[in-house]
Parts: sequence; structure tokens; C-alpha cells
Amino acid sequence: MSGHPSTYEPKYAATKWLDHRLPIIRMGADFMTFPSPRNLNYWYTFGGILTLCLVSQIITGIILAMHYVPHVDLAFESVQRIRRDVPFGWLLQPMHAVGASMFFFAVYVHMFRGLYYGSYKAPREVLWIIGCLIYLVMMATGFLGYTLPWGQMSFWGATVITGFFGAVPVVGESLQQWLLGGYAVDNATLNRFFALHYLLPFVIAGLVGVHVWALHHVGQNNPIGITPKTKKDTLSFHPYYTVKDAFAVVVFLLIFAFFLFYQPDALGHADNYIEADALKTPPHIVPEWYFLPFYAILRAVPDKLAGILLMFGAIAVLFVLPWLDTSKVRSMRFRPVAKWFFWIFLFFCFILGWCGAETPDNIAIPFGTDAEGHARGLNFTWLSRIGTAYYFAYFLLILPILGLIEKPKDRPESITHAVLGDHSHGAVAAAE
Amino acid sequence: MAIKMKTAILAATATVVAAISGIAYAAGGGGTGDYKMVHKHWHFNGAFGTYDKAAAQRGYQVYREVCSSCHQLKHLSFRHLGDKGAPFYNEKYPNPNDNPLVKNFAADWTIEDIDGDTGDVIERTAVPADKFPPIYPNEAAARAGNGGGLPPDLSVIVAARNGGADYLYNLMLAYDTPKPDDVELTPGLYYNPVMDGHKISMAAPLSEGLVEYADGTEATVEQMAADVTEFLAWSADPKMEQRKSTGLMTMLYLLILAILLWFSYKRVWRNVEH
Repeated sequence: MSGHPSTYEPKYAATKWLDHRLPIIRMGADFMTFPSPRNLNYWYTFGGILTLCLVSQIITGIILAMHYVPHVDLAFESVQRIRRDVPFGWLLQPMHAVGASMFFFAVYVHMFRGLYYGSYKAPREVLWIIGCLIYLVMMATGFLGYTLPWGQMSFWGATVITGFFGAVPVVGESLQQWLLGGYAVDNATLNRFFALHYLLPFVIAGLVGVHVWALHHVGQNNPIGITPKTKKDTLSFHPYYTVKDAFAVVVFLLIFAFFLFYQPDALGHADNYIEADALKTPPHIVPEWYFLPFYAILRAVPDKLAGILLMFGAIAVLFVLPWLDTSKVRSMRFRPVAKWFFWIFLFFCFILGWCGAETPDNIAIPFGTDAEGHARGLNFTWLSRIGTAYYFAYFLLILPILGLIEKPKDRPESITHAVLGDHSHGAVAAAE
Repeated sequence: MAIKMKTAILAATATVVAAISGIAYAAGGGGTGDYKMVHKHWHFNGAFGTYDKAAAQRGYQVYREVCSSCHQLKHLSFRHLGDKGAPFYNEKYPNPNDNPLVKNFAADWTIEDIDGDTGDVIERTAVPADKFPPIYPNEAAARAGNGGGLPPDLSVIVAARNGGADYLYNLMLAYDTPKPDDVELTPGLYYNPVMDGHKISMAAPLSEGLVEYADGTEATVEQMAADVTEFLAWSADPKMEQRKSTGLMTMLYLLILAILLWFSYKRVWRNVEH
């Protein structure tokens, strides 16, 4: 399926036999020799890191599912039992919970890398769209999974999120009841959330297969965004990128291990150690950190339905990005103006995350005090409005217009030229 | 220019992150009126911190003699007290069910059970395999006995509150703070600036010399508060010591692996300009 000619030669009678019937060894061998641009930097190691995250989540998740009890009266207790009595449960349960955060961290790096280097542009539109689908299913899986421990944030988070569907015109109420399996978040909800939380990771695994297939069909993008032209522009995936990915994976695991062993609760909420109570609303209902920017967009407008449309729109816009960005130049390295808009976009994503974590009426940026001594300034609602406006403007105005008027910098002829500079014969120090 | 701008954006991002953590910290420790939070250096803090077993043992005594009149430890079994890393662990008894101290603690409680022969509801002495029994027959009874308030379960209380151990410790010390005149208390409520909303249904639980420690430690309010917090911190995270020591070995292993892979990477790429 990959564009490069296969170099695999079956040596034994058995492998020859198999190769005629199912060339699966050939596929693996071709993966290993896949020609990859020679200039991929560390931002390109996150695909491998994400694969590892998915495998880790599935393995820990299957073991946890053997001990977890999806019942409103027993779920919280069963998680405690896993942490106290199940062999290695003290390790597996936080590995799954912290692993979810690490998974989202890696996927955000992977996505921003794609945005910066223009990895969504032709011929990688389908590759990008499948990636967006994976992200969407990941968000659903993360949300469903957070409900399962049945703590206060689990319960109230589920109540708030499923409440959005009630705002859909005409069918909203029935839709919400159909999703919940009742009038409120209860045992039926927990059971279906558990079933779906077990199902969706395998959907992700399937989509990842298609994502990798598309990647091997069109080839990797690279930091300068110039398509490899000659054999000199590429390197065999193994050993060059297997070793580079392996190093990056281990550095990533060091960060993972730090949180897992020394700060297992830092990325969660204390309230989720309180068993769900339908009669007691926590003072601040806040989603997990990886949903905060979208939560801020949701709350940026006073109308519930408009908020939901904006929130889903913020994800939907990613799907059509390949046709919104009118520039033919892939990498931001050669787009002197777009580059700064990109960094501002990243900055506003952090700002939106900050807004999502805060109470909307609180003051974000104080400008002093009014006559009565109350603090005045820009509150979080307005800050998230500014952030939301920029978020959409980046995709719907800046990228479409800038592509037409921006004058890109001169691009090197080929990857080899970019790497070796003018003197393509002498030894040039390996530059990262 | 380009680099300057990038630096500026990175600096701004760092400021935002710092602001978020600052706010989170303030939310945990702030809003306590005239009371100043004491930030204690706990024995279990830090990457190498372990539970102070003597303090946790005294803490269990405080729990048993004071807290357990209202608060349950529903996620704990008596045998957990003798597990590895637990306050009463004794290496002579790898099976905590055999630990005589644990047996004695269990025997101090009465458990409701069903008589296997007659089917009658009976009361029997607890054994290490039993869970800590409920204090009240049901929630309504618990509320009725506490002026409408529901005494929370304490097994994970340290993890369930922002501020963790410091919060719990200060909650028990903050009762002495004079009540501001503008705070109105209805009967059954007490002023406590550490509590959310500054009102709490629990009367000051500790007073000087309330328990008599076997090891001769003076039972001041601060001492008892610190001891029971140490015990409840263990109860909320009983595998912490195991986790930290596994973590150390894991991180060392990964670090060495990272160094080896770095050199492998340098060697594989030695003749490749990129």
C-alpha cells in the first residue's frame, strides 16, 4: 500500500508460502524500510508516543474492567478496592487516570505540530480528517471514562455535559433522556457509559489503523513541508526513526512516571474523591484540564444552544481546515506573517483553558478599583469571548485571507538542499 | 525579531501557567478570615517522604477514641492496618490477619452479622478481615444525631479536600478563632474559618489531654490533630510508600535507558546530515 517498492524477499519455504497467501510479513518489513524524510524533528515523534498511550490505556483499562463494578452503589467503592486490595491495582488505576492526561497532552502536541507544519494540506487532507475523528472519539472516551469512578465531579460533569443535549431544539429533551436512559444521570447512565467507554478505544484503534494507512500512502510531511524528491531526501524508517522515536518515547515516559508516581492527583480534582451525591452540587463544576478551552468557548455566550454550537463548531472547523487555509506553502517556517498568528493562536488556547477553569464573573485582568472599592477589570466571560473570537477568526478569516496576500519566504529546492546548504559535498555538522 | 517574539509568547504562556497554579493554590489555602493556615512539614511530603508510623499509630488511637463516635472508615478493613506500609505493619506477620495488634483492634468493635444456623441477626466481635463497621444504622440516623449534619466518611478525606493534610490539620485547630460579629450561627453550627462557608456542624473535637498516649507523648490539641491527620493521610493513600519506591526505581531505569538510547541515536545517525 505504501508508494515505495517492496524490498522484502521471503527466504524460507514457509514464508514464501505465506507471502503468496497473506503478505503480512511483507507489510511489516515494508513499514520498517518506509522512506521517511531525513529532516523530521522531535515534534514528529508524537505519533509513536500516541500509539504507546493507546496501547497502555487499553491494557490497563481491560484489567481495571475486570475489577470495576458499574453500579451507582458500588462503583466508587470498587475503585477504592482496586487501589487498596487488587494486586498492582494501586499502580494500574492511576496509570489509567494519569495516562488519559498524558494521552491528551501528546495529542495536543501532535495536532499543533500538524497546524504549524501544514500537515493538513494536499495530499494529506484525508489523513488530517481521520486524525480529527480520532480526537473526537478520544474526547468522548475521556468524558465517559471520567464518569466511571462515580465521584462528585464524575456525576456532575456527566449531568452538565448531557444537559447540553437538552438544549437542542424540539428533540432536545427526548434526546437527553435517550442518552441518559432516564430523567437524570443514574444507574442506566453509568452502565451505558461503561459499555461505551469499553467500546470506543477499539474504534480509535481501528481509526489509527486507517490513519497510519493514509500516512503510508502519502508519506510523512516534514518541517520544511517540501515533498521528498530523490532517494537522498529520505531515510529508512528503521533504524533511523525507530531509534529516534524510542529515545523520545522514553523521555515522554519519564514525564509520565513523574506524574504517576509522585503527583498522581495533581491533574485531577479533590472533589472526585467524594462519592457522587445527586442532592449536593459541588461549588465549582469543572471538566478535566484537557476540555477546559472548549468549556470556556461553551460558556462564552449567554445562550445555551449557541454555546453548544460554538463548542462543536470549534471542533468541526478542524475538519474543514484543509480547505480554509488557502496558502500553498505548508510549513510556517516560510510564512513570516502566518507564523505569528499561529503563536497567538496557541497563546489564546492557553487563555481559553485558563478561562475554563475559572468562575466566569471573576476578574481576570484587574484595572484597579471602582468608587466603592470593588475590583474592576476584564472578567473571565469577556476574556473567553476574546479567546473564542480569535479561535474562530484564526480558521475562518486569518488563514483563508493570509494565504492569498502573504508573501512566503524563499523555499529550498529539496530536503537535501535544506540540510546540506550550499556546499552539498563537504561534511556538515549534524544539525538538529 | 522572530526569536524575541517567540520568547515573549513563551514568557506570556509561562505567566499564565504560573497564574493558574497561583490561583489554584490560593483557592486551597485562602479565604480563612482571621485564621492563618499553618503549613506543616509532613513526614510524608516529598519524593522520599514516608509515613511517620509512630504518629500514625497515635493517630489511630485518636480516631478510635474520638472521631469514631461519628465518622466511619468505610473503605478500610481492620487487616489494612497491618499491611506493608501501614501504621501497624510488623514483618513477623506478612499476613496482617495474624498480627496480634490488628486482631486486638478488630476485637474492640462489634459487627452485625447473621447467625448461620438460625438466620437471626446477631452481634459478634470483629475479626481483621471485617471492614470498619458503620457508626449509624443509616443516613437519617446520622443526621438526627448530629443536628442535621452528616459526618463524612474519613477513609479518603485527605484526598477529598483541597489542601489535603494541611486542610484537615488546620480545620481541627481553627475552632479557637474568635467569631466575627457579622457571622450568624444557628444552633448546632460552629464557627470554623477553615471550613467552606466558615460554618461547621462538628463541635471542636479535640481538647487538651483528651486521649492518653501509651508512648508518653503529651496529648496537646496540635499533637492529636497532627497524629490523626498522619493516620488519615495513610488511610487515603495507603500504597504511597510502595508507589514512591517503585517510582524511584522506574525513573532510574528510564533515565539510564534514555541515556543509552541517546547514544544509540547518535551512533545510528553519525554519518547522516539532517
